[in-house]
Amino acid sequence: MTLPAPAADDHATTPGKATLSPDAAIELRHIEKRFGPTVANRDISMTIRRGAVTGIIGENGAGKSTLMSILYGFYQADAGEILVGGRPLDIRTTHDAIAAGIGMVHQHFVLVDTFTVLENIMLGREGGPLLRQGKSVARRELLRLEAEYGLGIDPDALVGNLPVGAQQRVEILKALYRGADILILDEPTGVLTPQETDQLFRILATLRAKGTTIILITHKLREVMAITDDVYVMRAGAVVAHRPTATTNSQELAELMVGRKVRLKLEKKPAMPGAVQLQATDLGLKDERGVDCLNHINLDLRAGEIVGIAGVSGNGQSELLEVLAGIRAPSSGSFTVGDRKITPQSACDPALMRELGIAHIPEDRHRLGLVTRFTAAESAMLGYQHEAGYRRGWLLDSRAIRASCDRLMERFDVRPRIADLRSANFSGGNQQKLIIARELARHPKVLLVGQPTRGVDIGAIEFIHSQLIAHRDAGCAILVVSVELDEVMSLADRILVMCGGRITGEVAAAEADERELGLMMANARRGGEDAAAPNQRSLRQSRAIP
Amino acid sequence: MSGRSVTLPRWVDIAAIPLTNVLLAFLVAGLIVLAIGENPLEATRIMISGALGSGEGIGYTLYYTTNYIFTGLAVAFAFHAGLFNIGGEGQAYIGGLGVTLVLLAFDHSLPFAVLLPLAVLAAMLFGALWVLIPAYLQAYRGSHIVITTIMFNFLASALMVYLVVNVLTPVGATEPATRDFTAESAIPFVHEILGRFGIAMDSTPLNLSILLALIACLFVWLYLWHTPWGYELRAFGHSEKAAIYAGVKTRRIILITLCISGALAGLVGVNEIMGVQHRLILNFTAGYGFAGIAVALMGRNHPVGIVLASLLFGVLSQGGAELSFENPAITRDMTVVIQGLVILFSGALVHLTRPWFERLFAFILSRRNALPQEA
Repeated sequence: MTLPAPAADDHATTPGKATLSPDAAIELRHIEKRFGPTVANRDISMTIRRGAVTGIIGENGAGKSTLMSILYGFYQADAGEILVGGRPLDIRTTHDAIAAGIGMVHQHFVLVDTFTVLENIMLGREGGPLLRQGKSVARRELLRLEAEYGLGIDPDALVGNLPVGAQQRVEILKALYRGADILILDEPTGVLTPQETDQLFRILATLRAKGTTIILITHKLREVMAITDDVYVMRAGAVVAHRPTATTNSQELAELMVGRKVRLKLEKKPAMPGAVQLQATDLGLKDERGVDCLNHINLDLRAGEIVGIAGVSGNGQSELLEVLAGIRAPSSGSFTVGDRKITPQSACDPALMRELGIAHIPEDRHRLGLVTRFTAAESAMLGYQHEAGYRRGWLLDSRAIRASCDRLMERFDVRPRIADLRSANFSGGNQQKLIIARELARHPKVLLVGQPTRGVDIGAIEFIHSQLIAHRDAGCAILVVSVELDEVMSLADRILVMCGGRITGEVAAAEADERELGLMMANARRGGEDAAAPNQRSLRQSRAIP
Repeated sequence: MSGRSVTLPRWVDIAAIPLTNVLLAFLVAGLIVLAIGENPLEATRIMISGALGSGEGIGYTLYYTTNYIFTGLAVAFAFHAGLFNIGGEGQAYIGGLGVTLVLLAFDHSLPFAVLLPLAVLAAMLFGALWVLIPAYLQAYRGSHIVITTIMFNFLASALMVYLVVNVLTPVGATEPATRDFTAESAIPFVHEILGRFGIAMDSTPLNLSILLALIACLFVWLYLWHTPWGYELRAFGHSEKAAIYAGVKTRRIILITLCISGALAGLVGVNEIMGVQHRLILNFTAGYGFAGIAVALMGRNHPVGIVLASLLFGVLSQGGAELSFENPAITRDMTVVIQGLVILFSGALVHLTRPWFERLFAFILSRRNALPQEA
């Protein structure tokens, strides 16, 4: 992203609402929070400057979310003090937080799809038994906010019809409507295209200019560098560093987060593509309603190369993986693995695809990749439960199962190394490592990977990427789907862009340019040209109303 | 939010909480007994001594227990696949029909050693067949198994009345029932066997079917936790998507699981028809199929838990019968109330006491953590 990094200094004193003192909007003093024996937050002190963007970064489990939950009234701290606007405040519920002017934009939006924007924003503040009056009050306030911040949201649009970026702006609008002048955004860019991210950051800059205090929780270093004024780094429940953004850089922040040196740049040899392992011809898929999810997909996957699929989530990538993995049958076209041809007539059968040498690391590891209620040892055999190595006669050999899990955990450094622990009790990164270990253990000919590092710590990302590269070099044909453009660009040898169920572009990774890919991802979307247009239209409409 | 902060030790989860729930149920039942002007402590004493205080009481208790084990296992087995089979009543009834047909046809011609496995197989086969249509509808048409199996209970009831009254009752009989089977075809009573070893025991309906119930427990335990098919079944029960990902044929799993569940329920017919009644009578299932739901809930869907829960329900049944016999003011309906309360507290309200235990343990843990710092 080539966002202009705002100068750090001149915002703290930007005049906004009536009486703004240049001091702290929020002060946290020695916050402590334990969950049983684990310490989630340890002696945390922070000063959030008014009218500035403060970034809080840290790996999963570093305690960021706990801290924000304390600030927003989901949890209460065991010790310590919170000062809002210089006064100590006892935040016991979210109502207290909202009353103190704190607003939260959650990672997963909390919106009713079948309601309009206006109805969503009124929810919980209907203003009396009859909606009519409350609605007109809300509409007036909404138009005022629109005029002030220019979010470009039509109050009468159905939320379910809005693109993700716009839904996020509805969340922001909701917080502003409730009088928030301190806005917490939790991993806000995970679901956005680069263009939508830019738009979000422009809005955040406007909010900042009007005096809103913003707390940005993220693990994306470049975003921290692009938009924040201050940054706090958290590790293992404690604040390990505080830097004015202008005085630091991505490399330093990454090292502070992980606590050791990390390579941000992936090192890999040029690919040596071999024979075609998987070939899709005119592959198509219709969903239950008859809508095309996949449309004339043509694809060659060669041994020893990584093909990356870039795209905004929900443009057919998930469906493509599911079809190739045998979970769903194609509606038209065919694909070939080795000398086996799969057509709409052949019954879909993930077990058969495994026999053909396809391994699949699914996007949704909680629902597909493992059974959260199973022990790690049980999850480590998912999909391979009939293999002779796990059996003694008719019965399962629990000792062999546990031993095999131990070996996988050892090789892929899954922590903690307890084969009997429930899968749900491992962190996201360790769950992912266990799944990857399982799928790579059989030395598959073809590897399908969905979101290899979603919700995974920097340290684990490095490891997962190097494992994928190692298997590529060993001759595995790998297809990687990721919404993280960075990841696709650094892993893949060849990048395909998917949009509206079609492949809309192909670029060699060496020549790929983020902006160009972003345009392919967004513009070629069906109706993508107008993706921005409805917003402008709605702006005009909403301004025409008064 | 307090739920996230502590994980309870296993013994609390599987022992302390269920016991507390049962005690609460008895406490409330005691209040009701008090309300109708009777002494709850005396009632409890009669119940317990009636169920466990004599050889006769124990025999009856274990006889009831046998039936509860079969139906509890049936519910629990399907439940591990996320399927709620509440048709145990009908499957048990039809299982009894299977036993009856085998005995009617062969009790004069075949020796017991052949008859028994044949009857057991017939009970399982008929129980499985009775759930086959609901299972098919669930697997291939998405009709909900709860609706279809409960409907099939009524069908079973109607079918059995028709068959017994119009087909199976001998001409000239005074009540609707089949002829008595030969004495040689009966599963031996426990008091007979003990008598042979010189141990005197009052005659009770308890027969060797209880061994069959324990074998069924072992089978369920092995199948669910020690075979690849049980693994697939449980994977399907926890996460259908994960099961599909793992290559599990989900339709086949639904069919097989429900058929085995029906077969387990059908075994009630072996205990009742071949072990106790020695002829087919109407309504011999007496609600065991429905009670199986509560037994499975209480036993946490594990064979060991189901044996324990079945014992409790056996005690309630036998002790309740004894209680209404000894104290006419407390009618048989009262024991149904107590059973209902146990089901309510250990089934529907199973999480009622959990937060208290969690708070207790959070407190203990925080004390334990605080100590080293003070020292």
